[in-house]
Amino acid sequence: MARTAIPGRLTKRAGWWVARLVERREETATACTLVLEVPDWPGHLPGQHVDLRLTAEDGYQAARSYSVSAPADGERIEVTVQRVPDGEVSPYLIEGLSVGDQIEVRGPVGGYFIWRMTEPAPVLLVGGGSGIAPLMAMIRARRAAGSRVPFRLIYSVRSERDIYFADELRRRVRDDQGLDVAYVYTREVPESSPARAHRIAVADLNTHGWPPQLEPTNFVCGPTGFVEAVSDILVALGHEPRRVKTERFGPTGA
Amino acid sequence: MDYVDGNMLAGPLQEVFAVDLTTATGRCASCGQTGPVAALRVYSNAPGVVARCPSCTEVMLRLVRTPNSAWLDLRGATFLQIPMPAESFTTPGPVTM
Repeated sequence: MARTAIPGRLTKRAGWWVARLVERREETATACTLVLEVPDWPGHLPGQHVDLRLTAEDGYQAARSYSVSAPADGERIEVTVQRVPDGEVSPYLIEGLSVGDQIEVRGPVGGYFIWRMTEPAPVLLVGGGSGIAPLMAMIRARRAAGSRVPFRLIYSVRSERDIYFADELRRRVRDDQGLDVAYVYTREVPESSPARAHRIAVADLNTHGWPPQLEPTNFVCGPTGFVEAVSDILVALGHEPRRVKTERFGPTGA
Repeated sequence: MDYVDGNMLAGPLQEVFAVDLTTATGRCASCGQTGPVAALRVYSNAPGVVARCPSCTEVMLRLVRTPNSAWLDLRGATFLQIPMPAESFTTPGPVTM
């Protein structure tokens, strides 16, 4: 029997659990989604993460945090991993882990960067590169719950080839009522777009975000520099700092 | 030196505390800035984890995990204010109805 987390309650489960890789999906040339089967998974809230731990034959251990990118499906959870050049963990997760292999999981963890479905405030999601992962969990959870909370996503990527979940996002903009998506391209703009390649700036957030008077909740996730630039702009535009929730990933380039 | 943020402390601190401390508000003992633990700058390639104030970059929290214990040094934080669910207070002593 699958159990789901009680909304608004954090599931408390300490320690490491042995999970199994059951499926792998390519998202881009450098990122893939891993579907893990975790025994007795208690469910999780959109935005929470898990810690994954690898142990080498000599006993050396390395753990990293990864956002869960989809609502739980029974004992199955999804994490989306971007390959970090010279990374200690991500190259192994992307190339070395085969379907059927085991990996240790701790979680779900994190109570800060979470969208709660009971919150009626409109939501702005701002993702840079792999920072889309926890935001996608929120988008998918919103639809699954039949929520009518208006969502806007601003997604900054290097080029069209770097968009995670591209087909699904196109479909959701059409079908999930109340979801808008705007893209910012930092290096290469698709031919169909009139925009120029640029890093996200005041105009993008002003045009595609919500006015501060609506008191939206803003979730910003991506590389450190990206998150700091975006959250500074949002605060300068008049959003209360406590309504700007941030999650910084390591260097992934957006 | 690259850092991530206090969200990553959720897992390591969950081993020690019964509540999620990343939603707690902490005050920096050095500059007095308050903010969520989730917004601290976390350097995890030190021995253990070091979390610094995003405003003045002084160390607010150190956590070192050894095989049989966890060392937590909070001298850089004057307080942590932890959101708790509303609960009816139980007063010590006999209950008078």
